[in-house]
Amino acid sequence: MIKKNQDLREVYVWQLPVRIFHWVNAVAIVGLCITGYIIGNPPAIQHGTPPADNYWFGIVRFVHFVCAMIFIVNFLMRCYWLFAGNKFSRWFNYIPLKKKQWRGIRDTLKIDVLLITKKPIYDIGHNSLAATTYGGLFIVMILQMITGLMMFSVQSNAFWTPFFQRMLIFFDGFFPIRNVHHWLMWIFILFAIIHIYLVFYHDYIEKNGIASSIIGGWKFIAKPIVNDMEAEDAMEHDVKILEKQIKEQKKAKKKLLKI
Amino acid sequence: MKDRELTAYEHLRKRGISRRDFLKFCGIMGSMLGLKASGVEQVVDAFMAKPRIPVIWQHFQECTCCSESFIRCSHPIVQDVLLEMISLDYDDSIMAAAGAQAEAVGQETKKKYAGEYLLLVEGAIPLGNAGYCTSGGAAALDILKDYAKDCAAIIAWGNCASSGCIQHARPNPTDAQPVHKIIKGKPIINVQGCPPIADVMAGVITYYLTFDKIPDLDDQLRPVVFYGRRIHDTCYRRPCYDAGLFVQSFDDENAKRGYCLYYMGCKGPNTFNSCAVIKWNLGVSYPIQSGHGCIGCAEPNFWDYEPFYEHIPYFKGFGVESNADKIGAGLAGIALGGVAAHAIVTNIRKRKLIKGNLGEDYSINRADTEETLNNLEKKRDELIEESNKFSDESKMKSD
Repeated sequence: MIKKNQDLREVYVWQLPVRIFHWVNAVAIVGLCITGYIIGNPPAIQHGTPPADNYWFGIVRFVHFVCAMIFIVNFLMRCYWLFAGNKFSRWFNYIPLKKKQWRGIRDTLKIDVLLITKKPIYDIGHNSLAATTYGGLFIVMILQMITGLMMFSVQSNAFWTPFFQRMLIFFDGFFPIRNVHHWLMWIFILFAIIHIYLVFYHDYIEKNGIASSIIGGWKFIAKPIVNDMEAEDAMEHDVKILEKQIKEQKKAKKKLLKI
Repeated sequence: MKDRELTAYEHLRKRGISRRDFLKFCGIMGSMLGLKASGVEQVVDAFMAKPRIPVIWQHFQECTCCSESFIRCSHPIVQDVLLEMISLDYDDSIMAAAGAQAEAVGQETKKKYAGEYLLLVEGAIPLGNAGYCTSGGAAALDILKDYAKDCAAIIAWGNCASSGCIQHARPNPTDAQPVHKIIKGKPIINVQGCPPIADVMAGVITYYLTFDKIPDLDDQLRPVVFYGRRIHDTCYRRPCYDAGLFVQSFDDENAKRGYCLYYMGCKGPNTFNSCAVIKWNLGVSYPIQSGHGCIGCAEPNFWDYEPFYEHIPYFKGFGVESNADKIGAGLAGIALGGVAAHAIVTNIRKRKLIKGNLGEDYSINRADTEETLNNLEKKRDELIEESNKFSDESKMKSD
């Protein structure tokens, strides 16, 4: 039974770098959480072979460090894309500075989280609440990287390690830093639970192909919503050009006055 | 020549220490400080040429374990040399004089050697109430400030003087603070540990006597030469760590085999100290070698990260036994439950939307978009007007 027959339009939302970032990040975080938890609480393995015949804990740590480096490089790539990407992936999405974003957060809370309002809300990119959460997660990621590098610095001779080792000692050494690093791991786990659930939720409720867009980048959005977005874009474009013109005119006027 | 002060070496000879033993000591100190062969010569020269360093040793909130460590230090030569190397003019715990007599000696030394003497501090200083720690009726803080004023440098012995130790642990009832938080503008060396290793204490003093300056310090003011590496990185059980061979309980087979104590909460990976290299008591052993994990006594605030036998500390406020993992797992459970509940409620509340019976309702989006579009339009019109004004003006001018 196919009931819904909306006019839909395809919108290319998630560019390739964003998708690559997402999946590399996901795999790295899973790897980091698993190996990190094992490093914090090594499982009981009782066997009689001498140390020379074993290296499993070393391998677990090695995997943790490799994942960490991938995680960091991947994050830096995304940081570049915060400025180079399309309007759905640029930095201003992730910091609620505009009134519109706060209204979006309120509406999303009412509609999707608390399920108070029955009418739906449609977002083409991230909704404001999700984007703000990702902004928060970016901060947690940065903290996790810095605390991790601080601890890693002790066992490496790389050129950047003296800086982090100084930082480690400045912040009272391993005791607090280790603790923070361990706590932050749980934020990632909690985030993952809710994040994955919400993909299912939105895919089911909004029928916009959000799950497949994480792979292909295309979403299917109701025509009126896309038209509105395009009208807004066009208007913003006009305003920008006008502003530029006026700036130039002002400059020219100043020059004239000088003469 | 009677007026001349005896050099450190002459004092040693008077004590009946042979030149051979003296040179042995210099060799030990030189190698501990990581000096090359010519550096050992410098140590010898310093001892033979310089008078002993006048020292005032003050005790505040402490247990005297640093003094205990100091006077029972590893090797008889080291111990003798240590006590002869410095002129311990004032140490209320071990000096013969007492009471007003002792205080008088302290003041006299302070005056006589102003700007030259070393102030050795053992113990934290309570800022909460002067009455928490007094000596001869004077508050610890006043005594410290009085003696710190004229000293050449301060050596803070042990965790108490370096970072507060147990009296500084939460909730820190006496507001105990380490020396470097109170005294500014004087060179301070933090010789960390509870207590510090005696040979490290000797090494720091030897360095000062030899080179007339304080050793290289890290950002916690600890001498890098002794506190530059972790116990973990120099531990002889490290191969067991990388191999994942852990003691699971203090009475198991793995404990007998001498496997890594990491699982038992050993804080060797957290602690910068040279226990595993220099060791204790004549180089006999150190905690991990004796089968007990490191408790991290050379790190600031190590008492606040209890328990000693686990790596993940208790989380205060959620019961004694709770820690990051238990709380995290609890929260994850709540999140999973919440998500499941949300899924059920969604299917009930959003029935119409899911079945497509709500029609094409974009009213929430539309309200927002219309406002934004209106605002943009207004702005655009204003801009157009402004730009028109400009062109009018320039036309008039050209006319």
